[in-house]
Amino acid sequence: MIPIVNAIIYILLAPIIGGLVAGIDRKVTARMQGRVGPPLLQPFYDVGKLFEKETVVVTISQNFHVLSYLVFMAVSGALFFSGGDFLLVIFAFTLSHIFLVLGAYSSYSPYSHVGAERELIQIIAYEPMIILTAVGMYLVTQSFNISDIIASSVPVIMYLPGVFVGYLMVLTIKLRKSPFDLSTSHHAHQEIVKGVTTDFSGPNLAKIEIAHWYEYVVLLGVVYLFFGFNPIIAIAAIIIAYFLEIVIDNTFSRAKWQMTLKTAWLIAGAIGIVNLATLYYLRGGVWL
Amino acid sequence: MNELLFLIGFPAIIAILMLFIHKDKLRNYIVIPSAVIIGVASIWLLISCFNKNTILYAFPFEPASKIMYIIELLLAIFILYLGIKYRKTLTVALVLIQAGLLVFFETYLSSGMHPENNLFVDQFSIIMAMIIGIIGSLICVYALGYMDTYHKHHTEVKDRKNIFFFILFIFLSSMFGLVFSNNLLWVFFFWEVTTICSFILIGYSQTPEATNNAFLALAMNLLGGVAFMVALIYIGIIDPSGKLLELNTLIMSGQAIALVPAVLICFAGITKAALMPFSSWLVGAMVAPTPVSALLHSSTMVKAGVYIIVRFSPVLAGSLEGFLIALVGGFTFLLASSMAISQSNAKKVLAYSTIANLGLIVACAGIGTYKLMWAAILLIIFHAIAKSLLFLCVGTVENRIGSRDIDDMSGLIVRMPKIAVMMFIGIAGMFLAPFGMLISKWAAIEAFIVAPLGLLFVAILAFGGSITVFFWAKWMGKIISVPQVMERIEDTVTKEKWAVLYILAGLTVVVCLIFPLISSVLVEPFILNIYGQTAQLAQANITIMVMMLFLLMIMPFSMLFYRDGQKYVGPYMGGMTTTPTMQFTGAMGTVRDTTMGNYYLKNYFGEDKLFMIGTVLCLGILIFAVILTAGVVL
Repeated sequence: MIPIVNAIIYILLAPIIGGLVAGIDRKVTARMQGRVGPPLLQPFYDVGKLFEKETVVVTISQNFHVLSYLVFMAVSGALFFSGGDFLLVIFAFTLSHIFLVLGAYSSYSPYSHVGAERELIQIIAYEPMIILTAVGMYLVTQSFNISDIIASSVPVIMYLPGVFVGYLMVLTIKLRKSPFDLSTSHHAHQEIVKGVTTDFSGPNLAKIEIAHWYEYVVLLGVVYLFFGFNPIIAIAAIIIAYFLEIVIDNTFSRAKWQMTLKTAWLIAGAIGIVNLATLYYLRGGVWL
Repeated sequence: MNELLFLIGFPAIIAILMLFIHKDKLRNYIVIPSAVIIGVASIWLLISCFNKNTILYAFPFEPASKIMYIIELLLAIFILYLGIKYRKTLTVALVLIQAGLLVFFETYLSSGMHPENNLFVDQFSIIMAMIIGIIGSLICVYALGYMDTYHKHHTEVKDRKNIFFFILFIFLSSMFGLVFSNNLLWVFFFWEVTTICSFILIGYSQTPEATNNAFLALAMNLLGGVAFMVALIYIGIIDPSGKLLELNTLIMSGQAIALVPAVLICFAGITKAALMPFSSWLVGAMVAPTPVSALLHSSTMVKAGVYIIVRFSPVLAGSLEGFLIALVGGFTFLLASSMAISQSNAKKVLAYSTIANLGLIVACAGIGTYKLMWAAILLIIFHAIAKSLLFLCVGTVENRIGSRDIDDMSGLIVRMPKIAVMMFIGIAGMFLAPFGMLISKWAAIEAFIVAPLGLLFVAILAFGGSITVFFWAKWMGKIISVPQVMERIEDTVTKEKWAVLYILAGLTVVVCLIFPLISSVLVEPFILNIYGQTAQLAQANITIMVMMLFLLMIMPFSMLFYRDGQKYVGPYMGGMTTTPTMQFTGAMGTVRDTTMGNYYLKNYFGEDKLFMIGTVLCLGILIFAVILTAGVVL
């Protein structure tokens, strides 16, 4: 029963938490830039207003893709919070992202087309590190199930410092923060207009925004897993990690895709795998 | 035993019949019922044998072996003739070596041999037989319509359809023979027949390119055949009674005896499965008519290669040689997936994806724990279905639009909606949750992490798996991006083709739904039999996957709610004025179409560079493995 309750709580509460995070993000960002910034609840006002607008589409299938993106995002998050298999959660997330990419492709605008291609490059950039994160959790806790990982009293972060650094790096990509906001961005410096979201407007754009909120909560939930042995430290870690992302966002200019791919793979390959290999060796994983 | 003999013999009889039929209509009347019969017979085999473990049949060794020997010599002479005619020195040399070894074996070693259990069937053979019998015969039916159109479009190619269908059915027959033979000498015979079948099919159009690629395929597979023959001689020398020629005895005899022949035969398997450095023959094979590619990639040929490697997987498990073979598979998976990114030719993308997946299967089999073997067999099943569907879809599109370039497939969802949806299902089946290939890759990650030295392979899977997302997703994107008002052009596709495509698309989905059943009825008992323990997916995960699949199937119905109340606008063009057909005025007042191409990232994933790396790496590993094995023998 508890897994299902958790899943329902996630589906109901995650947009609220995610929206608040987005609101705080905007506020903090504004302060860093010497502005007052919008009210805390501005993201909710924005989404509410978007829903009031007329549905304008290029092709009817955009609606389907966006709805699928949102639904599978919620389902993947629900899987995560109901304690499901970490790898399955990752694959479900990929599925939902593919729907966003397809939605962008389905409009024949060059801006959304380039956005879609770049979104795919982002996926291949961050996905290996995310999978390695799950593998690292497995090496520490002997289980791929989120429920087992969270129940473990082992300080995961002590064993996986490299993996954590790698995860923070790909978190920047996943949160669409500079310097890795290739495919779409909250900033004005994006040369491909709004990338994947160029041709979405009104309720569809609102759904994409809500899907982002769902995703925020899971992404920060993964940070929690590293510190699951002590909830207070974990919450603190989440706050620090997110603050760090905002700082990075406001200090870097956007990178090219080449650099994104190289950096992400290098970090995953060097820090992530070296960390895992050490752990693997210490755990007696090599017994040929 | 009758089922086995029927499955081997019936396609052979139909094949000979095909040779004498020149009328298209008559051919249709024979091929379709025969395909149904072969399909039904393989299902019958499943029903009658699934609950029994390995059944050995004492089919008499002679005179069958003598007949095979004679056929093999005739085939050698045939290849020799062609090799000399086209001046292919390498082929001639390899044929001579192989024939010499065969004659040596038959003259000095085979006289004292009396293997008894020459035929057998177990769950793995049944799975392979289902793949060959159902998918293989569906492809034969599809080929009927395809070859008609092919000859209409390619008037320069001589119509040799009777030979084409003769070879197709011989191919099926020899594949059945290969998976039912317990006698390695017989496995070798069928192995060589499949090599020569694919040689003839690849060279079907008789253009210089086709001929060259056919000889390339032949040379590489003959090299594998030489290794296979050396393995047979090795077995003949260490055991003159011939008992070890029986596959089940050899596999059970332990590493001390079986490792050397296992490595040699796996080398042959690597050439046949087109792993690096031998991948070029499968890429070259795409010059053949599309049904041939579908057959080679999904149910025959390359599957024979991985079949034999998976068979020997218990012998390889835990050995350095096994690890090296797995490494070849792993690197092939990573590099071939990367190369697929840089390709715009749909058949080439499919070819590299096949090579990558075969690499993954071999990686699983080389490490050879029970969990990995489970993953390997699942990969074989899912890959066969999805890949055959994709090839046949590409073939249909190519017949209609005259191009196999993915960039030419834009707007396919409007032009050929049904084909596009099926292509979508096929592509989703290759890389998305909750479809088959992804389930298998997931199982492979979970299995590698507990296997010796598995972390390396987990890392390879993490990177390689992500890379596959890129090239499949951009293909999907191309299909659904509609540049302008387009006409629907799929009404000329024949009924048989539709039937085949519907069945394969249905299978892609249905097999995902019933795979827990396939696993528990066929795969798990087989693995339990060998290892004494077996792998399976957790019940909770299966439930989630099934729910996701249903969700995925009902999501498209949401389109119905959006029919009204929409305002349509043109795509955003940054203020550039475009017409509704997406044209704009360029410099000097010229009217230009808006066209968009995909990313190919050639500087990073270029074919030439990666192929070089792969060849050097994998060849190095293989040479090391061969030296190691030679060291054991001496």
